[in-house]
Amino acid sequence: MSTFLSQIANGLMFGSLIALIAIGYTMVYGIITLINFAHGEIFMVGAYGGLATLTYWVPTAVVAQWYFALPIALVAGALVAMLVAIAMERFAYRPLRNAPRLAPLITALGVSVALQEAVRVFYPGATAAIPFPPLFLDGAFVIPIGDGVVIRYTGVLLIVVSLALAFALERFVERTRLGRAMRATSQDRDVARLMGIDPDRVIVLTFAIGGALAGVAGVLYGSYLNNINIDMGFQNGIFAFTAAVLGGIGNIRGAVVGGLVIGLVRALGGQYLPGGTAYDYVWIFVVLIIVLVFRPQGFFGESERVRA
Amino acid sequence: MAFLEVRDLVVAYGAIQAVRGVSFDVEQGQIVSLIGSNGAGKTTTLRTLSGLLRPVSGTISFDGEQIQKQPAHSILSRGMAHSPEGRRLFARMTVEENLRLGAYTRKDEEGIAKDMQRVYDLFPVLGERRGNKAGLFSGGEQQMLAIGRALMSRPKLLMLDEPSMGLSPIMTQLIFDTVKELRSEGTTVLLVEQNALAALGLSDRAYVIDLGRTTLSGTGHELLADPRVQEAYLGEGVGAE
Ligand SMILES: Nc1ncnc2c1ncn2[C@@H]1O[C@H](COP(=O)(O)OP(=O)(O)OP(=O)(O)O)[C@@H](O)[C@H]1O
Ligand SMILES: [Mg+2]
Repeated sequence: MSTFLSQIANGLMFGSLIALIAIGYTMVYGIITLINFAHGEIFMVGAYGGLATLTYWVPTAVVAQWYFALPIALVAGALVAMLVAIAMERFAYRPLRNAPRLAPLITALGVSVALQEAVRVFYPGATAAIPFPPLFLDGAFVIPIGDGVVIRYTGVLLIVVSLALAFALERFVERTRLGRAMRATSQDRDVARLMGIDPDRVIVLTFAIGGALAGVAGVLYGSYLNNINIDMGFQNGIFAFTAAVLGGIGNIRGAVVGGLVIGLVRALGGQYLPGGTAYDYVWIFVVLIIVLVFRPQGFFGESERVRA
Repeated sequence: MAFLEVRDLVVAYGAIQAVRGVSFDVEQGQIVSLIGSNGAGKTTTLRTLSGLLRPVSGTISFDGEQIQKQPAHSILSRGMAHSPEGRRLFARMTVEENLRLGAYTRKDEEGIAKDMQRVYDLFPVLGERRGNKAGLFSGGEQQMLAIGRALMSRPKLLMLDEPSMGLSPIMTQLIFDTVKELRSEGTTVLLVEQNALAALGLSDRAYVIDLGRTTLSGTGHELLADPRVQEAYLGEGVGAE
């Protein structure tokens, strides 16, 4: 029983991280119907950006206090990731806005490789995994069920920050003028232009938000696992992309639910299914296939996209 | 110089020239119609006026400025609103959200609220169902909302592309009455219609577009009486009256 609950907790922690990354995939797809395969690398770059800020720009005495280090690292990671995402849109995708769909897709793979290599070459020591400082209260509390369920404080932080950001984003999209402009652009770009909306600005905003969330996820990931490596973007990017599809691509709430489902499947599958954690991709894709057979549009997707 | 002046407009989709020489004038306070058969280039002309398409050549001057190189979003801010063919509402948004999007470029909350009320006065059914998703409405109601949405930017020139498409005669009458009412309030209207009889009846001026060119023009009544127009565009309409 306590093992089961521990795995549920682990699943929710990992899942909320994946959810935060998945939001970026789903938002960009919703606006420009591009699967931005480089988005996983934005997550990775955010982690390195946060780490670089703590390592090279902030005095050690400040970093030693988690209540300074945590916000600094989160903001720095979000900013770096956001800037890279904006640059990626501006220089890699915008010139291909009217090109055949395959062109930006291939470009995304190219950007992905370029970002990984850039970090490998230019970040000191990035050829191997790098230790990442814990940014929150170390330690854990124990829920007294069975042998005790150990919950790390960092894991709680991860869930709270991720879900709070996802919730805030949904409010933003549903309630504000800019959020309405984003929805309008995603539903019918030409008519959005007729309303006076500049799609370029909406698209930049979308990449910026998705990038910032991925950057936050990168820093949280580092703080949770205590080390980062340049493959983290690729590995978790696949999980996040799957989460976005599972939830219904284009839908923010779907991305969050998809992320949590993937986290749970991975944790419980790793514990109870034959093969263990070595087969985590297998179980996740099995779930994806089963869901898509019965609900091709994912949990929250529209059965038919209304677009011109 | 006329309020809206279109000269020798040529517009192409890739290699296909859909508009090959369209010229016309719209004076302030008038209703001006463009009529023509399917594929004549009416919609293409409107989409070019509102900046969704770039002309190959020709000029468009609106309120004293050339706008053929302006992007769509800045043309709206200059006072030209376009209710597109097929209505194209944001189906998954409510009536109120659609109207708010129509007022996207405005910041005067009070004015927006007042204009929204004006749309609800014009079309009471929209007011009663302001919280409903636009996609659930009937064709006529959707057309009302499409017009209302275009009005929310307080346009000096309102462009309507086939507002009567798919509507019952009663609904068509209501829409055309609204267009007349808008003119009496000072809005200039550029109307594209297949229903030539109804359009010519209320137009101060009208132009016939044939195979991408403006071929005939005159007041609404002149064109109604013109045998060439009667033969090509009013045949069915007159018979059905
Ligand atoms: N997106 C497009 N790509 C290629 N050709 C197009 C496109 N849109 C329209 N056309 C062509 O351009 C020509 C003019 O079309 P347009 O829609 O402007 O006509 P219209 O006068 O509005 O017709 P209707 O009364 O049927 O709405 C037609 O031959 C049409 O097939
Ligand atoms: Mg048309």
